[in-house]
Amino acid sequence: MATADKPKYKVIGTRPVRHDGADKVTGRAKYGADIKLTGMLYGATLRSPHAHAKIKSIDTSKAEALAGVRAVVTSADLPEQGDRIVELGEGAANMRHLTANVLARGKVLYKGHAIAAVAADNIHIAEEAIKLIKVEYELLPPVLDVRKAMSAESPVLNDDIRTESVGSAPASKDSKPTNIAKHFLFEKGDIAAGFAKADVIVEREFDTSMVHQGYIEPHNATVFWNTDGKITVWLSTQGSFSVRQQTAELLKVAISNVKVVPTEIGGGFGGKISVYLPPVAAMLSKKSGRPVKLVMSRTSVFEATGPTPGSHMKVKLGATKDGKLVAGEAWIAFEAGAYTGSPIGPACMCVFACYDLPNGRVEGFDVCVNKPRTNAYRAPGSTHVAFATETLINEICEKIDIDPADFRIKNAAKEGVRRVDGPVYARVGMVETVEAIKNSEHYKAPLEGKHRGRGIASGFWFNCGLKSAASATVNPDGTVSLLEGSTDIGGSRTGIAMQLAEALGITAEEVTPTVGDTDSVGYCDVTGGSRVTFATGIAAIEAAKDIQRQLIARAAMIWDVDASKVSYSDGGLHGPAGKHLSFKEIAAKLHGTGGAVIGRGTSSEATQGGAFGTHCVDVEVDVDLGKVQILRYTAAQDCGTAIHPSYVEGQIQGGAVQGIGWALNEEYWYDEKGEMRNATYLDYRIPTCYDVPMIDTIIVEVPDPQHPYGVRGVGEVPICPPPAAIANAIYDAVGVRMHDLPMSPPKLLAEILKKES
Amino acid sequence: MSGKRVVTLTINGDQTEVLCEPRQTLLEVLRNNLDFTGTKEGCSNGNCGACTVLMDGRPVVSCLVLAVEAEGAELRTIEGVACGSHLDEVQSAFLEGAALQCGICTPGFIVQTEALLAENPNPSEDDIRFYLAGNLCRCTGYDKIVRAVQAAAEKRQVARSV
Repeated sequence: MATADKPKYKVIGTRPVRHDGADKVTGRAKYGADIKLTGMLYGATLRSPHAHAKIKSIDTSKAEALAGVRAVVTSADLPEQGDRIVELGEGAANMRHLTANVLARGKVLYKGHAIAAVAADNIHIAEEAIKLIKVEYELLPPVLDVRKAMSAESPVLNDDIRTESVGSAPASKDSKPTNIAKHFLFEKGDIAAGFAKADVIVEREFDTSMVHQGYIEPHNATVFWNTDGKITVWLSTQGSFSVRQQTAELLKVAISNVKVVPTEIGGGFGGKISVYLPPVAAMLSKKSGRPVKLVMSRTSVFEATGPTPGSHMKVKLGATKDGKLVAGEAWIAFEAGAYTGSPIGPACMCVFACYDLPNGRVEGFDVCVNKPRTNAYRAPGSTHVAFATETLINEICEKIDIDPADFRIKNAAKEGVRRVDGPVYARVGMVETVEAIKNSEHYKAPLEGKHRGRGIASGFWFNCGLKSAASATVNPDGTVSLLEGSTDIGGSRTGIAMQLAEALGITAEEVTPTVGDTDSVGYCDVTGGSRVTFATGIAAIEAAKDIQRQLIARAAMIWDVDASKVSYSDGGLHGPAGKHLSFKEIAAKLHGTGGAVIGRGTSSEATQGGAFGTHCVDVEVDVDLGKVQILRYTAAQDCGTAIHPSYVEGQIQGGAVQGIGWALNEEYWYDEKGEMRNATYLDYRIPTCYDVPMIDTIIVEVPDPQHPYGVRGVGEVPICPPPAAIANAIYDAVGVRMHDLPMSPPKLLAEILKKES
Repeated sequence: MSGKRVVTLTINGDQTEVLCEPRQTLLEVLRNNLDFTGTKEGCSNGNCGACTVLMDGRPVVSCLVLAVEAEGAELRTIEGVACGSHLDEVQSAFLEGAALQCGICTPGFIVQTEALLAENPNPSEDDIRFYLAGNLCRCTGYDKIVRAVQAAAEKRQVARSV
């Protein structure tokens, strides 16, 4: 469904078969763990069995003596980083923390924390050797609860962390270390006056558990440190250039000495940006003189990579009885994990982002606990706060007896509205997504049956621009080879190729896209922030324009006319007196007119305008078991312009189902010692195809004026609404309001029984 | 570890002998000893289905089978699904229906679907969801996978009735 006038495109909006498709359905596509090099060794990692302990000593001598072991490394093999903050493209990192996360230095801060690694002739020898490493620990009490971690009595994880209050001077180094790494405060208007105008005020506390991105492919890295000092890294990653920089910084070598070759990647969702294995494999390679491959186990992926935080939130909203929001207040604490860096900043910016809120106050805290260092996960921080705000909105709607879709339309963020954290929206499509749901067959259809209910909720994500580069070479047969640096997790190389094809007036099949390594393509920031189709797309369009300019010069030479008399349109060149050369014809003449034509394009200035989605869900609750069944699901999202509608739908469907898993089942389940007791897929249990119905999608198109074709990033928004939409549906079904994620059977059953008694 | 064994397997119609340790899984031997890397490793404990292969026609998670247990077995892996350069109905339905995003689970899904359609050529949506519930996909939300399986079943039915 298009809600805005759509220009007519030839390629954009069609559904070609993806260029990497044949390789992926035949098993030929090479992922990180498929790399095999001559003389390659296999590595294994020793990980901490404790959540919080001092390392008193490490003895690797027995491991080193085992036949078939070629190298052993500990943090003593990695350079000291000191107090360095390094900008890594999508945020800055404290290098001391980054290196201590890669291999523990002096202390282990979570179960699964890497301590040492071994490279051996095969994986079995490496795993045997790991068991021969002796580590002496001095156990410390684990800090597992975010609120307890904030108290003055709590044990402190890091002796170099003092609260950084955003916008204030840094805390003195003489002050006492704390677990509260960051403090955010945003204010707008006058909240006391705002709440004074409210006829209805609701205030609730919410908790959410740590959850994992759950990509099916474990982290991996194969590294060869050559005798000339050049280091090559083969791995699956969301950002080759980010891995290059992180690896170089961690090893203290020049970035030009590190080449990152991205393989196909088996999912990321934000979790494959930070570096864990490459510096370790690099040191093992340097010591052994051989290429070394490291692959994580599934349990290590859960215990020792970067899930998204658990949280505690207190949110308060006030509205007038005619349905106008007047004030909102939020207090949000996120588990950073072992080191600072949770998405508390974005969470504070997103909590009221869907609405035109005249008065607001948002306070947020980034808190260290003895759990893995958290990382980005699809719209980082936004799903947590959407669960809180969007359930409160429905509670207000019930109290003042107004339809929740109408309330959202009336209070929706739109062009010119200022968010609590400051920025003013450009043209955005929040209203349109709610209208799309309100007008959907699903929302209008009656829902019958016992213990069945319907809920809606909205969600927001910024989407970013950042930097991208692409080059494109014209082939003599009239096709184009496109080289770009954004690793492709879900079909993006085809989306980018389609934009190049549209700009040149050729077909998608006439473009062959390749994702290049860091020595063959210009700098590209990570595949994240829903930025690739937008920004790398712009770079490809710029490369197409560069090709057009060069072809115009060639045609002018062939026709012996001034270049100003030649133009490029409709897939060909037009000159004086009806002269015409199609793209294919001029491509065939390049060898005789000066050789190769290579177009280059970059994107660095463009930023996105933000994207919204609204979801509607029907559930049935088994009141004896507390189990929720999803009966029907519809997701509407503003995608600006859908380049390849099938993959846009796929992003929405996949995000919605991840959100369903987060809503109903997924959680890091810790015992009192800080051990995650469900660190396998069977026990953590992401949704299977038997758990969910078809996910209907409504593509709303409000073009983003900052992209030539109006693209808005699509990947992240769809995970935000599901937990709140499902909570609202559960209330509609059985009359209990859930404030704790996941809304798993035991928790829901407890609430149902509480209500019945 | 001593005591290596020679195991004889028939993989996608070709008989092969492989020297392996008793502790090596069929998955490890396929991927590391024989370079059949189309079969993927996602969890190593039978939870995710990415390493599904057909063993004497039956789908198994190859991470839970020791290579020595497969002695004499007839195996079909993702590399043996296409006929020469022609994709089969399941593979083309996955491509045309955009039933993959990152693609790491795709080989397992395709092999499991081959087993489903061999057993039940005309499965309902519920049949499909039940049969594929041991294969995890984190990208697609399963919608387009289920539709691709439906499309492949239909295409195969039509091909048979002609």
